[in-house]
This record gives sequence, structure tokens and C-alpha cells, in this order.
Amino acid sequence: MLNQPGSAQTAKLSLWRRFMNHAATGFAVGAAILVLAPLLAIFVYLLVKGAGSVNWAFLTQTPKPPGELGGGMANAMVGSALILAVASVLGVPLGIGCGIYLAEYGRNRFGDLVRFTADVLNGVPSIVIGIAVYGLIVLQQKHFSAFSGGVALGIMMVPTIARATEEMLMMVPNVIREAALGLGIPKWRTTLSITLRTASAGVITGCMLAFARVAGETAPLLFTAFGNQFWNLKLNQPTAALSLQVFAYAISPYEDWHRQAWAGALILIVMIVVAVAAVRIVTSRGMLKGTS
Amino acid sequence: MGVGIEVKGLNAWYGKNLALKDIDMSIPANHVTAVIGPSGCGKSTFVRCLNRMHETIPEAHADGEVKIGEVEVYGDGTDPVDVRRRIGMVFQKPNPFPTMSIYDNVAAGLRLNGLRNRKQMDQLVERSLVLSALWDEVKDTLHKKSGASLSGGQQQRLCIARALAVEPEVLLMDEPASALDPISTSKIEELIFQLKQHYTVVIVTHNMQQAARVAELTGFFLMGSLIEYDKTEKIFTTPADKRTEDYITGRFG
Repeated sequence: MLNQPGSAQTAKLSLWRRFMNHAATGFAVGAAILVLAPLLAIFVYLLVKGAGSVNWAFLTQTPKPPGELGGGMANAMVGSALILAVASVLGVPLGIGCGIYLAEYGRNRFGDLVRFTADVLNGVPSIVIGIAVYGLIVLQQKHFSAFSGGVALGIMMVPTIARATEEMLMMVPNVIREAALGLGIPKWRTTLSITLRTASAGVITGCMLAFARVAGETAPLLFTAFGNQFWNLKLNQPTAALSLQVFAYAISPYEDWHRQAWAGALILIVMIVVAVAAVRIVTSRGMLKGTS
Repeated sequence: MGVGIEVKGLNAWYGKNLALKDIDMSIPANHVTAVIGPSGCGKSTFVRCLNRMHETIPEAHADGEVKIGEVEVYGDGTDPVDVRRRIGMVFQKPNPFPTMSIYDNVAAGLRLNGLRNRKQMDQLVERSLVLSALWDEVKDTLHKKSGASLSGGQQQRLCIARALAVEPEVLLMDEPASALDPISTSKIEELIFQLKQHYTVVIVTHNMQQAARVAELTGFFLMGSLIEYDKTEKIFTTPADKRTEDYITGRFG
């Protein structure tokens, strides 16, 4: 007898439900705005402070000696790109490989150990990774290098990519694997060409997240890439990086360097956005209609 | 051309749980053979043992003698990948590769087994889609649309085309129409009838009318054992075993 259509009680209930519906939607929208706000604020602030200092000289010249005005961060931009390329070449395949192991073969004690290690590594402060790479590579080779900087950042990318790859592969329904195995496709081929391909959108997102996270790192580069006032394209030489340059300029006593630090930070963000967008565009080109 | 299947003393386990008990069955070439029985009777396990898909489940294993044509499926040194290449399989739920186009879905087995000749690939894809009665519906969108964009019935015919493209000798179908509407089901059944000219077909089904419509031979499974195996007509009109009669008359299952 409860809740007859049209009864006063039903009307009250429906009003309450509508209220709750709007409240829940409002909460979700509010949360989304709150998340976007700091990001937008940072970007706008960087534009205000830095955009005025981004000019041809800044984009094409190396730093001037202390006290002289002008100069730029061209070598640091190239250095960052170099270090990130090394990091990606090392970190992406290793991370994806590890994720494949965890998802397809890692339902055992060793898999649990790897999973636990990856999660711990994810939480290790980045400066500690820098010191470790300093001990392992820089001390052995007796000089700072772009390569050691790339290794430090690459190590930081691995756990993020591995766990993201694992999660995405686990979401691929087992019937897809069975379909491939049933066609007489060997297991390794099934994993690479079918399962990984089905999960590729999510795996790429994981790689981009890891890339964006390490692209702005400064601490692991302090004792590895070290920084450089001049051009360097050699992997075994100390190399400038945008984050290092911004750090050095920001704590300097010179007004002109503060100005350039803002510009450097802006360029760093733009570089990350461009890299992520480029990967998105390239990888979405082959997408088909009706792909779920 | 299809080949016959000889099964002798086949046992299958899930961990310590014996799911198939000492199955003997002789399945003739170029016929449709139905496997019926209540849920959990082992009929899906049975067909999955024929192409060694059973053992892909963790802790599952099987032993016994299965001969498909001249191939000892459980012989020493027999590679399960080779077995599966000779035996096509269609699953209960349509499972096209979602990120691939219709063409790539059908070509997947060929391509990943090393076929590179573009022209030959085109021919095999077309032939398979024609054979699975899907060609006319998809020929204009082969490369544009994803396999997942098709309707459920079309997806299942796509999966059949995918299985046929690698030119198997036997086609195993594990309840291929149970997730489909009646019209799609009748299309699949017509198709099964056509396919037996080229292949040996084994079909698992819940639906007894379906078995009666498409199969020349029917095996009745109950609790992991093959209770009765005979001409379909005989099974449905004058079964020899009381349990078969009880099942087909709807007294249990």
C-alpha cells in the first residue's frame, strides 16, 4: 500500500530523489572545477610572469655569464629533450615488459614481490634515486652525464608504467585471449599483438603519465646530468636541463635570471603538453569507428 | 576437407576435481555432431579438450587419447599451438578483437601465423566472410569499421569467419547461438548446415531443438560422463538410456 502513484508520500519521495540527484551532480561538477582550478592558475601565472621573457634570444642562445643581461636556455631545452629521450627509451620498454609479466604470468609469489617492489619504488623520493644513480653510474664513470640523468628518470618511469600496463591488461577480457589462442597463435604473439594491442590506449596513457611526471623532475638530475652552461649533445657529458636551469636561476640573486626562470618554467610545461598531445594524435590516427 | 575425431579414455581435471570421466567417442568427418547435457555436465570441457584449450585454464589438465585425422592431440611432442591451428573454435560470447577492423579480425590468424602475401590474404578473407554469410553486410566497411561495432549476430558470424580463415579441418562451436536473438540464431544454424561440406563440426548446445535441427549425431553428457551417443533422431525419439529420456523430456536439467 506504500507509495501509490500520486499519493502525497510518493510526491515527497520524488522531490527528495530529485534533490539528491542534483546534489550529487553538483558535487561531481564542483570537484572537477576544484581539480582544474590550480592547474589553470599555475598556467595563467606562468604566462603572466614568463611569456614576456620568451623571445628569439631565449629560445636560441645559451646562458650568459653572471651579471650580463640576455642569453637563453636553448641548450637546456635540447638537454631536457635528450635526457627524456634516454629515460623513455629505457623506461617505457622495461615498464611495459614488467607490466606484461605481472598481468600474464605474475599470479604467484614472485609476481607479488615485483608488485610490492614497484609500489615501494614509486614512493622513493626522487632525490634518493638521483643519489643511487650517482653512486652506480657517475662515480664509476667519474663524470656527470646526460646518460646517467636519463637512467635516473627512466628508473622513476618504470613502476608507474608497469602498474598501469598491468591494470590495463587485466581489463582485457579473457575471451579475447582465448579467441587468439584458439586460432593457433602462440602465447607470446597473443600477448603482444592481441592483448597488448587491445589495451594500448590505456597503456599509452600510463606511459604519458610517467613521462609527464619525470619531465619536470629536478632532484634526480642534480648529481647526474648536473647541468651545463654550454651546448652538449653527447650522452657522456654533463648536460643542461630546463628544470635544473630554472632551479639555478630561481635561487640566483639576479633579477634578469629570475625573469628567465619564469620563462623556462613556462617552456617546460609547454614542452610536456606538446609531447603528450603529439603522442595522442599519432596513436589515435589508426582508431576505427565503433571501437569501444 | 574435414577429418574424423577419435576419442579414447579422455579424462579432464580442474585442479583435483575430475570433470570428464573416461570419455570414448568417435566423431565422423564432414558431419555435424551435437553435444548436449545440463549445465556443468562437462560438455564445454569436452570440446575444449579437443583443441587443448582446456589446459590454458590455471591448474586444469587432461589426459587420454584424442586423434584428429592423423594427429595425436595429446601425443608426446605435439605442440598445442599446431593442434589449435588445425581446429577452429567459436565461443559462446562473440569475441571479436575490439581494436581491429573487420578485415583485420578475419586476417588476424593468417597474419600472426606468418602469411604476408596481400593478394592471398584478400582472397582468404573474402572467402571466409562469404562462407560465414557476412560478406554482403560488411564488404563496404571492411577496413573502416571495428569488429566490435557490428551487432551481436554479425559479431558471431565474424568470429566464425575468423576461425575459418586459417582453414581448419574441424570447427568446434561452444554454444555459438546462446547469446543471440532467434533470427541471428537461425542464420548461424543455416550456416552450420552449409559448413559441414567442408568441415567436421562439433557443436555444444543447451538447446535441444537446435541439436535436433542441425546435428546428425548427438552425444548426451551427464556429470562428466558420456551417457549416450547415437544418431540424433534415435536420441530424441527412442533413447536407450533412462537418464537421456528424462533429460530430453524435460524432467531435469
